[in-house]
Order: sequence, then structure tokens, then C-alpha cells
Amino acid sequence: MTKNQQVTNPTNTALQEKDYTILNLGPTHPATHGIFQNVMKMEGELIVSAEPTIGYIHRSFEKLAERRPFYQITTITDRMNYCSSPINNMGWHMTVEKLAGIEIPKRVQYLRVIIMELARISDHIICNSVIGVDSGAMTGFLYIFQWREFIYEIYEELCGARLTTNIGRIGGLERDFNEKAWEKIHYFLKEFPAGLKEFENLLVRNRIFMDRTIKCGPISAERALAYSFSGPNLRAAGVDYDVRVMNPYSSYEEFNFTIPIGTNGDTYDRFMVRQREMWESLSIIQQAIDKVNALEDKTSFHGNVPEFFLPPKEEVYNSMEALIWHFKIVMGETTIPKGEVYHCVEGGNGELGFYLVSDGGRTPYRLHFRRPCYIYYQAYPEMVKGSMLSDAILTMSSMNVIAGELDS
Amino acid sequence: MPTLNIELLESKLKENFNENILSSDKDADMFTIVVTKESYHDVVRFLKEDANFNFHYLTTLCGLHYPDSPFPFGLMVQLHNMPENSRIRVKTFTGDNEPTFKTLTDLWPAANWMEREAYDFFGFKFTGHPDLRRILNMDSLEGWPMRKEYPLEDPFRKDKDDKMFGR
Repeated sequence: MTKNQQVTNPTNTALQEKDYTILNLGPTHPATHGIFQNVMKMEGELIVSAEPTIGYIHRSFEKLAERRPFYQITTITDRMNYCSSPINNMGWHMTVEKLAGIEIPKRVQYLRVIIMELARISDHIICNSVIGVDSGAMTGFLYIFQWREFIYEIYEELCGARLTTNIGRIGGLERDFNEKAWEKIHYFLKEFPAGLKEFENLLVRNRIFMDRTIKCGPISAERALAYSFSGPNLRAAGVDYDVRVMNPYSSYEEFNFTIPIGTNGDTYDRFMVRQREMWESLSIIQQAIDKVNALEDKTSFHGNVPEFFLPPKEEVYNSMEALIWHFKIVMGETTIPKGEVYHCVEGGNGELGFYLVSDGGRTPYRLHFRRPCYIYYQAYPEMVKGSMLSDAILTMSSMNVIAGELDS
Repeated sequence: MPTLNIELLESKLKENFNENILSSDKDADMFTIVVTKESYHDVVRFLKEDANFNFHYLTTLCGLHYPDSPFPFGLMVQLHNMPENSRIRVKTFTGDNEPTFKTLTDLWPAANWMEREAYDFFGFKFTGHPDLRRILNMDSLEGWPMRKEYPLEDPFRKDKDDKMFGR
């Protein structure tokens, strides 16, 4: 290799420095929970530097979104953070509603809160139980995953899908909650606390787990803010920033809940913040159900927006007007105002933002997703520097890096 | 609700940057200013460091492309002041075909990957960026995918024709 040749592959550059071992963690590795590579320069078992490479499942969502009518973008958002896709769906619908100035009935807002908080619980279940698995505690994972499965069953009752839910519509929900769904939600509220308590008993004061996670991959509040952290990772560092409180959407301002924060920003704090948030989410769901029951309106599940909300199938087949609206909506021929809007929701792992520029056409002119884990994953090399390889694995799983969201 | 003192901010910006503030919009979903490319870095630094406004958090950064405009390429930056809970959007546009902006990585390390994304998809150069290379696309990709002229589908595909539906 001549001197002038540009060496871009980090594996090759590092090979010339004989003192260090180069370790490729990924692209596919059971412990990375997704497809991304880390080229680690190691001295013994200590990490000298890490070089993340991402983009292995990049699907060009922002470009695709410029070709799709507003309806069809919901399915794109599903595939970003696929552990809590309902939050992404709702976030996107609310963005369009904000742009078009659509009023949503209170009942729908509360139903959305129920769905979003269920999604948050399922997201946190995955992250926290996987922290357990990566530190060697398989049991908690196996037991608590039945509740994640149960949440997916609730999704099935609500929309028919499990993972990529495509739940809700612009202007409301596609259908009301059915009897079975309410039954399952009530069962979940009744039985899940015991399951969550069991999981906590296994890990929270477990000496081995504490020794493995405390002071593992810490980040200070100052650095976390500089790296634009958001969500549980920022709160674990001690900053009480939660979009649900700061910029309430979907009537979150009417709910009574606390934002848990940590102090050290290490793996244990991130674990505990998520754990505490699950309890808060449970209480929010209970409050939302009480609010729904207290409303006089018992039936509405969408706003009065014929230009965005698909009419029911019976009407489409039997009336001309419904057929026309159906056609116009599906083909994306409804009018949308010009303008630009930013809307953010508290996703499973942080501030999930949608920057939408509309020129009044059938598709967005520009749509930018603020994906929280794309932004905070760049702090990973700094967080693992000088720690052990096994701590790097734990740090990654506790940051809740989801490959679909990372690569968009 | 946001409590940004827009009058104070406007007068301060006028005082410090004068004609470099091209326009400002109070009616948008958040206060939006358009600044010249030359002053872009200074304005963002001012917003971050001035004690009155303290926009200490970089929410997001992305590229924009309006091919029909005389200044087709733009950069959008959104900042957040968490204690006051106010947000601001700063935009800058340029007519260059190879747009170059000053990097924000000296203000926030978080700008690193955001700017790499803007480089990857729009071909924007950032002077002073420590590691400007493609991030999500493969290194051998030619062209800048998020520019409007870049085709969404592979133009070399033979199995689809555009007689009926267009491409």
C-alpha cells in the first residue's frame, strides 16, 4: 500500500498499530440486537476506542416519504422504532393534524394515550429485560416477555397487526376499541403489576446485577445535553426533560404523573428510570380509562374530517359521496395547507420529531425524522472508552439503540 | 407554553447581526428566522451563548432543497431552551451548487452525525467538521440522494415501463 492511498476502512488502519487488538463487534452479533458494527481497538480487555459504522438497514425513508401520500407514510413510521410503533404512528398522525388544523375529540385523545402508554411499556419491557439477558440473567426476560406478548395481543384487537401496527388514522382511530380489547386492557392492568414486581425482585436489588451495571457506561448531564440525548437516557443523567410534560400533546397535560430521573447516567440508572416509567405508564392508562368512562361521549373514535378519515366500507359500497372521498383519500388528492410544522412526541427512547414541509401537494415536500437513537448513539464511543468489553455490550443494550430507527 | 420574548430576541438580533437576518416569522409553529450563510454560525453561537436566550440544546439539523428557488440549498437547525421551554428554528440558504457551511460541531458534539447525514444526502460540505464522510449510504454511492433531481427508483431497471403509470 502506497503512502498516498487513502485508507478508509478502520480495520486496515488499525492493523498497522501492532500494540492493539482489533475486535469487530458486529455487523451481526447476538449481543448488538440489530445490525450495526463497532470496530473496537482493545488493549487486553479494555476498550481504547470504538468506531461505530451504521446504515446496514438504511431504507431511505425520507426519500420514500417524498413520493407517498400522507396516508402511506404511517407504514414507514412503523418500521423506525419497531418496539413501540404505535407511538410513531400517532406522532405522524398528530403532525399532519397539526398542519391541517384538525380537531380531535377528547375521547380519541384519551384512547390514543392508552395505546401510546401500552407501547411505551412494551418498549421498556424489551429494553430492560435485554439488559438482564446481557448481564447473564435470562429468567426475568423469559417471564416478563409474556406481558409484551400480551400487549401485542391487545394491539391485535385494536388494529389486527402485532409488530408493524399501522394503528390509527389521520383524524382519529380506524375503529373503536372492541369489548375484547377493553377486557384485555383491564386484565393487563390487573395482572401486570404482579409480573413487573416479580421482574423487579429479580434484578433491582440483586447484588450481581448491581455490581455489573452501576458505574457501567456513565454519562454526565452536561455531556448528555451536548450530545442531544433525550428520553430515558437523558433522564437517567439527571435532566427532567419529557416531551409529554414540556410540549403536551393528546391531552397529556390533564394527566397526573411524575418524571423519574437518575443521578449518574449509568446503566443501572437507565434501567431504573425505565422501570419507574412503566409504573407511571400503568397509572396513566388507569387515569385515561377513568377519563374515557367519565365522558358523555361514548362512541366517537375519530374527528369530523371527511377529507382525511376513510369512510366506513358499507358506506363506500352504497353511497356515491363516500366512494368519492374514499378514492380521493387513497389517491392522496385531498387538499392540505402549505406550510411547515414540527411536532414531537415522547417515543420509547426519546424525543421523536417530525419536521414536515408541505407545498400543498399530495405528498410531503420534505419530511425529516428526528430519530432519538440516531442522535444519541454517537456518544457511544465516548461512553465505552476505557471500560471492559462486556460493559460495552451492557451500555449498548441499556441505551436502547433500535437499528430500524438508527438507520431510518 | 413557550415563553420566548420575541420582541427582545428580534431587537437583539437586529443589533448584533443587522442585515444578516433576512426574515423572521412569528406565525409559524415556532419562531423562525432566515439568516445569511456567512452569519449562520455566528447567529447560532449567539443564540446558544447569550444569557437572555440560552438555546442550549440542538434538537435537530437537516438539509433542504428547493430546486426552483434562486437559493436552492438550505439548512434547517432547531434549537431548544429547556428551562424556558422555548424553541427556535434557524434556516439559511445558498445559491452555490456545492454548498459549504461552517460546522456546528464546535458548539455541540451532537452536530457531528447530523451534519454527516446532511453531507450524505445533500452533499453539503461543513468546514471544520472532524470526520465528514457518508454515514447511512454506502461509500461507493454516486450522487446525493435527497436532492430533488435524484430518482427514487433505480433508473436502470428494465422490468418496469412507464406507459401506464409513469415513473
